[in-house]
Amino acid sequence: MSIILSEAEAKTLLQKALTYSKANECEVNLQGEEWSNIRYALNKVSTCGSKVYKTLSVQSAFGTKVGVATIDEFDDASLEKVVRRSEELAQLAPENPEYVGLVGPQKYLPATGFFDSTASMEAVDRAKAVAQSIQIARSQKQTVAGYLEDRTGFSAMMNSKELFAYYPSTKINFSATIRTDNGTGSGFAAQGVSDFSKLNTASATQVALTKALGTVGARAIEPGKYTVILEPLAAAVMLEHLFRSLDARSADEGRSFLSKSGGKTKLGERIVDERVTIYSDPTNPELPASPWGADGRAQEKINWIEKGVIKNLSYSRYWAEKKGVKAIPAPNNFMMVGGNATLDELIKSTQRGVLVTKFWYIRSVDPQSLLVTGLTRDGTFYIENGKIKHPVKNFRFNESPVIMLNNLETLGKVERVVSSEGSFTNYLIPAMKIREFTFTSLSDAV
Amino acid sequence: MHVVGKGASALMLAQLPTFGRPVSAEALLAPGLDVAVKKRLADAALNAAKSKGASYADVRIGRYLNQFIITRENKVQSIINTESYGVGVRVIVDGCWGFAAVSDAKTEAELAKAAEKAVAMAKANVLLSDEPVQLAPQKGFGEITWKTPIQKNAFEIPIKEKVDLLMTVNGAAMNNGANFVNSQFFFVNEQKYFASTDGSYIDQDVHRQWPGFTVTAIDPKTGKFETRDALSAPVGMGYEYLQVNPSDKITGITTRYNKGYDMLEDVVAAAKQAKQKLSAKSVEAGKYDLVLDPSHTWLTIHESVGHPLELDRVLGYEANFAGTSFATLDKWKSKNFNYGSKQVDLFADKTQVGSLGAVGYDDEGVQTKRWDLVKDGTLVNYMATRDQVHIVGENESQGCSYADSWGTVQFQRMANVSLAAGKEPLSVDELIKDVKKGIYIIGDSSYSIDQQRYNFQFSGQLAYEIKNGQIAGMLKDVAYQSNTQEFWNSCVKVCDERDFRLGGSFFDGKGQPIQSNAVSHGSATARFNGVNVINTGRKI
Repeated sequence: MSIILSEAEAKTLLQKALTYSKANECEVNLQGEEWSNIRYALNKVSTCGSKVYKTLSVQSAFGTKVGVATIDEFDDASLEKVVRRSEELAQLAPENPEYVGLVGPQKYLPATGFFDSTASMEAVDRAKAVAQSIQIARSQKQTVAGYLEDRTGFSAMMNSKELFAYYPSTKINFSATIRTDNGTGSGFAAQGVSDFSKLNTASATQVALTKALGTVGARAIEPGKYTVILEPLAAAVMLEHLFRSLDARSADEGRSFLSKSGGKTKLGERIVDERVTIYSDPTNPELPASPWGADGRAQEKINWIEKGVIKNLSYSRYWAEKKGVKAIPAPNNFMMVGGNATLDELIKSTQRGVLVTKFWYIRSVDPQSLLVTGLTRDGTFYIENGKIKHPVKNFRFNESPVIMLNNLETLGKVERVVSSEGSFTNYLIPAMKIREFTFTSLSDAV
Repeated sequence: MHVVGKGASALMLAQLPTFGRPVSAEALLAPGLDVAVKKRLADAALNAAKSKGASYADVRIGRYLNQFIITRENKVQSIINTESYGVGVRVIVDGCWGFAAVSDAKTEAELAKAAEKAVAMAKANVLLSDEPVQLAPQKGFGEITWKTPIQKNAFEIPIKEKVDLLMTVNGAAMNNGANFVNSQFFFVNEQKYFASTDGSYIDQDVHRQWPGFTVTAIDPKTGKFETRDALSAPVGMGYEYLQVNPSDKITGITTRYNKGYDMLEDVVAAAKQAKQKLSAKSVEAGKYDLVLDPSHTWLTIHESVGHPLELDRVLGYEANFAGTSFATLDKWKSKNFNYGSKQVDLFADKTQVGSLGAVGYDDEGVQTKRWDLVKDGTLVNYMATRDQVHIVGENESQGCSYADSWGTVQFQRMANVSLAAGKEPLSVDELIKDVKKGIYIIGDSSYSIDQQRYNFQFSGQLAYEIKNGQIAGMLKDVAYQSNTQEFWNSCVKVCDERDFRLGGSFFDGKGQPIQSNAVSHGSATARFNGVNVINTGRKI
């Protein structure tokens, strides 16, 4: 049996697994993936690897006692064995008072995240893509380190309430860092695509090279409050701290930046500049995502922040039932509406400011205000009278994405970016000009 | 990069590498393969590798067991038991590494096939390599075993007993003013068999655990909330860590713990302190002398000493993600790079009893040891693996190779790195007595450092103002920013061995794809003069 099953093949297998169930409720999940990666540093390949797997996970429930078992063999005996095992584990489990049963049949939006160009990638394609990146560094006598990974997979789900879901997808993430040979310059670029034909490691590496050369000779300027122009990547890694904090239960419980005195929340209130609209949409062709969530609930196009107002929060089904509201699931992608200004126009309109191309090691400082700290990295530049004057030494900042979006000056164009903070999550985020961004100290790091 | 804080949620865990397949609690006690079977399987892989042209091969047969119990208030949110078994084979062919892994392999044929795949990968990589691997010599140890010196295997303690303890802890938090409490146990057992063409057959049984909680207090009038995490440490110990002797407790402004942890006592203090934090004085930014408790200092050591002294970072292998290091080879070669003050001795030690990084042998068959990194304030060494150690002029690896699974390739990871206790007798009270304007910080919280490990910012669970040698009261909104070299040079006093304690990271992330490592860092309470403190309070 191949690793990537068609919808019909997945359906047949899941139907067969369900026939063995003797529990009150049963949910079966099937996932398969072919994942390959290649890593390089000092202009040569350092490691490469691949992982191929297909797993069936069975969740059985007796009342509110729930057990889960998994298996990676798919003959009839194995299917029965894994169902029986999940039932045994359910019988041994403590009652889970927050278990609210299975989701019934859903209607899913059409989402296309699978590309044959990616699914048919071979080792030689990866090697060629990386070789193009290394070639640029070598030809310029600089040093590159990078990473390329591609995933082709599918997820399918069926339950005893007649829900069936299937979603195949492909993803590629590439990133490269060029450091100048004297160690005084460093530049970074990343590209996330679903379709291999859109991957261009050479152009991304060229961007990293330009930034690396441009950062040589960085000068120190005083930390303080500056107008900043955030390239889309820098904006995205700030905003992902806000994206992760849209859970209704935390807000209702009083332990979120959206909580208010008296046990109330800010839902329905304007919390940021009215030009800010943040939404999710599994059907967006620029950032396709699964049209269903982990528990099978359908994903819709949802405005989380609309014209500055916090419009929706995500709910577990338990919490939504308790609160008597619609159970909007946490989304599978995030995007933000942009403006028309090009990066050049954002720079031209800036009297005095700092262009930030990337942030690094961002961690929460205060969940009450969503204050986070981190540093600029791999390309930070001083702007004066509408022009980039010179590279600057890296800064540490202490800032909240909420305060940042209240201090919005201008929105730039939207780009698909890959989080550089470790998760490889892709977003559609615009460049943005922000006033009074708080840099608190200087770093000697290059 | 420390990836998960103490308030680790299920969401955060889901972002970490797959732990393994769910199994019953009883399955965690089932014996793995007999050691004689493992030797036979290992020999099949080693022989296949050699016959296909490998000049060196090692094989890791791993069974990785985990148990997580996660609760909130009066509810058990999840009990997860996982098992992962498989084999990883690493080879050198024509001076180039190759690696292949296979899950659930229990036959000689499957291991031989994995070895052949690793050889094929090495041969493919030869085309992209311009420098052969130089492997430091390593003698074979024959057939040997090593086990974490635990008294009680945590997996043998019935789930009910563990759940009851967490429920008691949660109840105590709620009875003492907490609005919410989340608590959890993580238990890990790595059963690792390593064999190599050097003639080693090493069977190791490694145990770790991490009990923890987060207590939340809310002021409904203002809508403000504060949290206090457990002052426990993740440890390389058995369940005995949760059964405390009075000698394990360090009394003072709040009780801290050494080789035993009183979770119930700590959660009562936490509930009261979380409430107290709501009305604590907001710190005035400025320069302060910091008195740092070991429950806090471990993370500062981890980020500002552990990571920059990883040789692969220094060389540039982590440049695309975790970063490089300010502690470059020229600084080491100068023999006079002033990493810290004369009071600062920092050492690596993979033999520390009770530590997360303690093993008998690393994941390339090197016997573990202790060595100096910074001696009398001067940089003297790094942490390296067999294929790197020649770069620092050594002919023997320090034993810093680790893989987080049978399915991932081993690479250079941080050893336990500690600040040595002061040589002169000095208690915490005596240390504080001389501080005129200072802040005493206990527990770890927010953390961030740049990609070359110069500029950092940390905060703690508890901060107390020190005025004229006396603790004056609780502070909030405290974070300190410094530069690594400046910070360690501001270290003026370290308490003596009586106060030496370990903290640690259960989930230290590094590499692409990212791998997780567990590592401890010890110190005694230490004083750092004139550190820049900022106020982190904001209104939105």
